[in-house]
Amino acid sequence: MMSAAVSTPTMPQQPRRRKKNVSASVLFDEPGPRAKRKIAVANTIGILVFVALVVLVLMRLHNPPQGQNQLSAALWKPAVSGDAWINFYLPGLLGTLKASVAAVIGSVIFGIIFGIGRLVPTRIVRAICSVIVEFCRAVPVLMFMIFFWRWFSSMGISDQAAFYAVVLGLILYNGSVIAELVRSGVGNLPKGQREAATALGMSPLRSLLSVEVPQAVIAMLPAAVTQLVVVLKDTALGSIIVYAELLQESRRLGSSYFNILQTLVIATIIYFIICWLLSKFAEWLPKRMQRRTTGDAQTEPLAPIAILDASNRSQIAVAKESEELPFGGAPLQHHVRYQGSNAAIQDWQHVEYVQGYDFMHPETQIDMRSLQIPDFIKPIIPGLDSDKRKDD
Amino acid sequence: MNVLINLFSNYNIVGAFVVNIELTLWSALFSLILGVLLVTMRISPVSSLRAFASGYVELFKNMPLTIIMVFMVLGVFGQLKFQFSNNFDTNFFWLATAGLSLYTAAFVCESLRSGINTVPLGQSEAARSLGLNFVQSASQIILPQAFRGAVAPLGNTFIALLKNSTVAAAASVATESSSLMSTMIEDNANAIIAIFLIFAFGYVILIIPIGLLTTWLSNKLAVRR
Repeated sequence: MMSAAVSTPTMPQQPRRRKKNVSASVLFDEPGPRAKRKIAVANTIGILVFVALVVLVLMRLHNPPQGQNQLSAALWKPAVSGDAWINFYLPGLLGTLKASVAAVIGSVIFGIIFGIGRLVPTRIVRAICSVIVEFCRAVPVLMFMIFFWRWFSSMGISDQAAFYAVVLGLILYNGSVIAELVRSGVGNLPKGQREAATALGMSPLRSLLSVEVPQAVIAMLPAAVTQLVVVLKDTALGSIIVYAELLQESRRLGSSYFNILQTLVIATIIYFIICWLLSKFAEWLPKRMQRRTTGDAQTEPLAPIAILDASNRSQIAVAKESEELPFGGAPLQHHVRYQGSNAAIQDWQHVEYVQGYDFMHPETQIDMRSLQIPDFIKPIIPGLDSDKRKDD
Repeated sequence: MNVLINLFSNYNIVGAFVVNIELTLWSALFSLILGVLLVTMRISPVSSLRAFASGYVELFKNMPLTIIMVFMVLGVFGQLKFQFSNNFDTNFFWLATAGLSLYTAAFVCESLRSGINTVPLGQSEAARSLGLNFVQSASQIILPQAFRGAVAPLGNTFIALLKNSTVAAAASVATESSSLMSTMIEDNANAIIAIFLIFAFGYVILIIPIGLLTTWLSNKLAVRR
C-alpha cells in the first residue's frame, strides 16, 4: 500500500491531472492510489468487453449461418466503387439535400407566420393558429407523407408526387416546431423590450412585429439549425414512399449486387458526417447570435410538452439557476425566466405570481444571471489570465 | 357516416393502433434500461466507459431512424440471418422494437443527463462525505433525483417514440397504423381525407393525454429547491 503510493513519482504531472479530472466530473473524488488502480482495472475490462463485442460482430459478419461472408471484397467493392458514387450515392444525396433545403425554407416561412399568429392580440387568430400548430405537431410525419403522396398521385402529378409529399410533410411538422420556437423566443425576451416599445407609442402588434419577433428569430436560429438535422434525418422517411433519396438509392444499389448491408453502412456514414457537422455548427452558433438579441440563444429546440398548461415552466430551468454544469452535463438550455412555449405572454404577471416570483418587489428576487463576481475576488489561476491582469 | 362505419367494420383500425402502442411500450422499456445504463457509464470515473457511451449517443443521434429500421430487416435479418422467431410477423415486430429501442436509448440518455444537471452539487458532495462510493451515490442519490428532474424531457422522448413507431412500416411491420392507412387509401381512394383524419386524430387523442400526464408528473415530482 504505502510503497505503491510512495513509489509513484507523479509530482510534475499532478497539477495537470487534477485540473482535468475536476473539470470532467465532480461525482467522484480525485481518485487516490487504490481508486486509481480500480479505475485502471475497470478501464481494461471495459476496453476488453468492447473489443470482444467488435470481434463477435465481425465473426458474425464473416460467417453468418447459411449465408456468405459479409466481409468479402466481392460485396464491398461494388458498394464503394466510383460507379456506385456517380450513379447512386451522389444522385441520392442530391435528392436528400433538395428535399431538405426546400423543407427548411418552407418550414421557416410556415413557422414565422404561425408563430406570430399565435401571439397576435386577436383571440380568434390565435385560436386557429394554435389548433393548426398543435395538430401538425401531434401527427407523425410519415402519416402526412403517405397521405400527400397518395393524394398528389390521384390528382395526376405522379412524376413529382413523392418529392412534394416529402417536402410538405416535413414543412408541416418542422414548421410547427419553429412556430413554437418563435413563440417561446418572444416569451423569453426581457419584459423591458415590450415596455420600451409601448413607451415609444407602439401598438402591441407593432411592438411584436418590429421589436420582439426579430430578436426572437435571432435567438431561435441555433435551435433552427439543430432542427435542420431533424429535417435531414427525416428525409430518409421518403424512402418508404419511394422518393429517390440517399437511403432509397443505396437500397437500389444493394439489391442489384445483394450487398444491402454494405451499401447501408456507406449511406449511414454519409448521413452521420453531415448531421454531425450540422450539430457542431449549431453548438457554435449561439455565441455569435447572443450579441444580437436580448433573448437567450438556445441550441436545442425543446418541443414543449405542456398542452393546456399556461405556465409550462421547465422544471429543469427552475432547478438550475446557475451556469455551472455539475456533472459535465448538457449546457443550460433555458433562461432562468423560461416560460415554456405554451406560456401565455399576455398573462406574465399571473404566471410569475403562480411560480412564486414577487413582481411587486423585484429587488428582493435574486437573478443568478445578474450576479457578477467582482474582479478582485476572482482567484488568479497561474498561466491562465494572471499575465493579463498584471499588465493592468 | 356510412363511409366511416364501412371503414371501421372492414379494417382493424383499433388493432393497428394497438400494434403501435405495443411497439412503443416495449421500446420504452428497453430504451429506458439501456438509457440508464448509458448515462451511468457516461458519468462514471472510468474513461473507456465514458467514451463508449458518448460515442453511442453521438452515433444514434445523428442517424436516421428509417435507416436503422431498414438495416434491421435487410441487413441484420436478411444478410446476417439473425432472427427472433420463425413467424415472420413476430420476427419483424421484435426487429422493429430492437431498432426503436437502440435509437431511443440515445435520447433517453440525453434526457437523463439534463436531469442530472438539475441535481445540485451539494447532493453528490454530501453523498461522498457520507462515504458512499460512485455506484452507491449514483444509484441512491443522483439518479433518483435526476429521474424526477428529467420527467419533462423523458415525456418528450416518449411522445416522439410513439410517433416514431409508425416508421416500423420500413421494417415490414404490416399491421401498424401507417401501413394500414396506406392500404386503406389504396382500396378507398375516394375517402382519402376521411381516412387520413381518422388516423391523424387517433394520434392527437393518444398524444394529448401523455402531454398532460407529463406536465402533471413533472410538476408533482420536481424537487423544489
